[in-house]
Amino acid sequence: MSEPILKVKDFSVDFWVDGLWYPAAIKMNFELHPGKVLAIVGESGSGKSTTALGLMDLLASNARRSGQVLIKDVDMINVKSSTLRKFRGKEVAYIFQEPMTALNPVYTIGFQIVETLRNHFDMGPKQARTRAVELLTMVEIPSPEQSFDKYPHQLSGGQRQRAMIAQALACDPGLLVADEPTTALDVTIQAEILDLMRSLKDRLNSAILLITHDMGVVADMADEILVMKDGLTVEHGSSDQIFNRPKHPYTTELLAAVPKLGSSRKRVLKVARDAEPVLKMRNVTIEYPKRGRIPAFTAVKDFSLDIFPGEIVGLVGESGSGKTTVGKAAIGLLPIKSGSLEIVGKDISKASQKELFTIRRHTGIVFQDPASSLNPRLPIGESIGEPLFLAKLAKGDELNKKVEDLLEQVELPRSYRNRFPHELSGGQRQRVGIARALALTPDLLIADEPTSALDVSVQARFLDLLLDLQDKLKFACLFISHDLAVVDILAHRIAVMQNGILVEEGERDQILNSAKDPYTQRLIAAVPVPDPAEQRKRREARLAGKK
Amino acid sequence: MKIRRKSKEQALEELTIESGENAIANKEVEGLTQWQIIRRRFFKHKAAVASLIFLTFIIVFVFSAVDANFGPIKTKGWWKWSPDDLPDLRFGDCPNDTIGCPTISLVPKFLGGAGIGLGEHPFGQDDIGRDYFSLVMKGTQRSIQVMFIIGFFAAIIGTVVGAVAGYYRGVVDNVLMRFTDFIITIPAVIVGSVIGAKFGNLGAIILAVYLGLFAWTGLSRLVRGEFLTLREREFVDAARVAGASTRRIIFKHILPNAVGVIIVSVTLLLSGAILLETALSYLGFGVVPPDVSLGLLINQYQDAFTTRPFLFWYPGFFIVSIALSINFIGDGLRDAFDPRQKRKITKKEKQNARAIARNQA
Repeated sequence: MSEPILKVKDFSVDFWVDGLWYPAAIKMNFELHPGKVLAIVGESGSGKSTTALGLMDLLASNARRSGQVLIKDVDMINVKSSTLRKFRGKEVAYIFQEPMTALNPVYTIGFQIVETLRNHFDMGPKQARTRAVELLTMVEIPSPEQSFDKYPHQLSGGQRQRAMIAQALACDPGLLVADEPTTALDVTIQAEILDLMRSLKDRLNSAILLITHDMGVVADMADEILVMKDGLTVEHGSSDQIFNRPKHPYTTELLAAVPKLGSSRKRVLKVARDAEPVLKMRNVTIEYPKRGRIPAFTAVKDFSLDIFPGEIVGLVGESGSGKTTVGKAAIGLLPIKSGSLEIVGKDISKASQKELFTIRRHTGIVFQDPASSLNPRLPIGESIGEPLFLAKLAKGDELNKKVEDLLEQVELPRSYRNRFPHELSGGQRQRVGIARALALTPDLLIADEPTSALDVSVQARFLDLLLDLQDKLKFACLFISHDLAVVDILAHRIAVMQNGILVEEGERDQILNSAKDPYTQRLIAAVPVPDPAEQRKRREARLAGKK
Repeated sequence: MKIRRKSKEQALEELTIESGENAIANKEVEGLTQWQIIRRRFFKHKAAVASLIFLTFIIVFVFSAVDANFGPIKTKGWWKWSPDDLPDLRFGDCPNDTIGCPTISLVPKFLGGAGIGLGEHPFGQDDIGRDYFSLVMKGTQRSIQVMFIIGFFAAIIGTVVGAVAGYYRGVVDNVLMRFTDFIITIPAVIVGSVIGAKFGNLGAIILAVYLGLFAWTGLSRLVRGEFLTLREREFVDAARVAGASTRRIIFKHILPNAVGVIIVSVTLLLSGAILLETALSYLGFGVVPPDVSLGLLINQYQDAFTTRPFLFWYPGFFIVSIALSINFIGDGLRDAFDPRQKRKITKKEKQNARAIARNQA
């Protein structure tokens, strides 16, 4: 067997916070051989990114590293910064999560690749340009000669990520550290990027250290897996062993929490479809009006959807497909341009401000980002109580009592009423969001990607809670998500959107098992499955389909 | 995924585990309200705290030293002279045959000085024998009053204009911001001298109000920017869905979140205001005699600079120290309100921590 390119022994990282050292990664031990992929898996705050950045001392100044990191038998802990700089980019390259922020927006991607090349090699501008175009060709960017002179904002998300990979590969690094490389991408693009990374790894025989929270991605890529929790290595083994014979209970729990497409029990629908629908959208078109020189943009075209009482409808689509726009319009936050939109029998498009106010009493919304959906200067009790207070349904002690009941309903302690959002974790904040949305016992709940910012285990608990509440309160729900597996758990019916158009709509099982539209089929095929064997099969099918 | 039903106790127990995410980042803010966090951060800024104490001391000292007016309430000063008294001008005991030199002495006797003491006229006397200490006290009172009045009006106008422009955007924003641009293009000194020439004789307070009407532009732009970002936050949408009126959204939801920006820039505006007042008074467009202010004192005695420089030093000292300490306080507030601001670890702390780690190992 070849010599390992990366050897990590007793590697620890601590952060200095308020006069004390807090450990972020504790006594890490692993090795990585050329041509292999090691995945570090864990939930947010488990220390996986800290470990990855710590290898090359890219951490904030309040971090302390100890132990041993050997890259090509050179210790990276007690080393001069000039040596470190030589290794960065040349021997170890990084791919970051968000290509828009990781690439400098004022330089062309070609310039940035050339910069990396000329930093490390004695190379003329012309030669570097030829090499950069070669790299862009290698990562399959369309028309590399032209793309060389494009700025990051002129490329799509997937192409940006490709450009960043090209930059990372510029010096043929022996080790590629990919920190959540596909988290910001849509599933279909994610599949392409993973294919690309795999083929490049095989061709260049470099090692990949993959940091991710997505078990599907891990199943697709990893040879070896390291599971982290609270800075500690929980389990370390081959991909096959971790997925099929996990030893540690935390690994089992993590795997169980991952939603799998088509594995949840069938939900029995006791919905009277002949009743008056709660939400009735007919040929709705929504347009963002012209602003300055930016022309008007039609976000949603000719969209029709009914939601009946007590029904959960999942709305699925990739980013930019207009699904959030539909959600906001359904609650009257955005005006519609044409068509009709009725909530509990009242037309919202022609309603006056006052009517809108009464209509909104029948609706609630849970937002995507738990960090921005609660007012940071208000205690959460006040945020939850606001709809009740403004609807003049309760005040004073009665209001406090109701708020505490709502907190209990979403399984939060009553004493949390006086806490501020920053004292809560993401999952807890999202529960507060539900409590607020349910304060007026709405007939219709809009849930706009409520779990996309949460860890899988937190997400699993959140979905449980949502299902429980829906069983009890029988509200209708429009659940917007980019994740088919999540929608699969909840929804009675699924609607799929692409580029502002509803491409397919039907019963859950019908969509998942016999989708008619090619886009829906592609979407379902691209969802990564947390099972290495299954993932290999699908990959081969996908590649065969390409040829 | 299996649908698990669980008891409430179990659920609560899991929640405590859940708060483990971001645990390290949250260590610093556990169980504290926003204001407590800000106060704690502010008190870590040594220069700001020292300046705050110093400024408070100056204000109390200055307003108690000679007679002061707080609207209808008049207070008596503890200093024996008032600016209106005309004591005898002292001759003879001054160096270089000058007159009315300061009697304050800060060098103790054992170092060969005259001992620590104020003497009859600690800051000396002016040309006609008035006690300069009481004049400087009176002048500082005026300057501080003018500063706060300018700050008050500028803060209110700036906040309202910025909030309305940022919240409504579109035409309203355009009209208000072009108006702001228009005000900015007029140099402050010209505005001040026109106002001073026209309203200076109506008294320092009226002058301050008019200056405040022109000092709000920078603040309004900052507040507008803050509102533009805050109004896109999801909690604003949430409030709208809950049925909140526009007024409630602006004042209850957005404004408290912008208060950091407002406080910081108003503090910095204050130090600008005291400099504006002294500059105008120095040019003769600000406070006019028989009233006194720091700028006016410097203006009146600039001819004496070569022979009796102390007439220059004392008002100068108060101008500089007030402006400086306000700037430091503003710095401290900015650091306290910016959550991304992390305190630097000093070398000593690092060494201490290393020693502790070594002992534990």
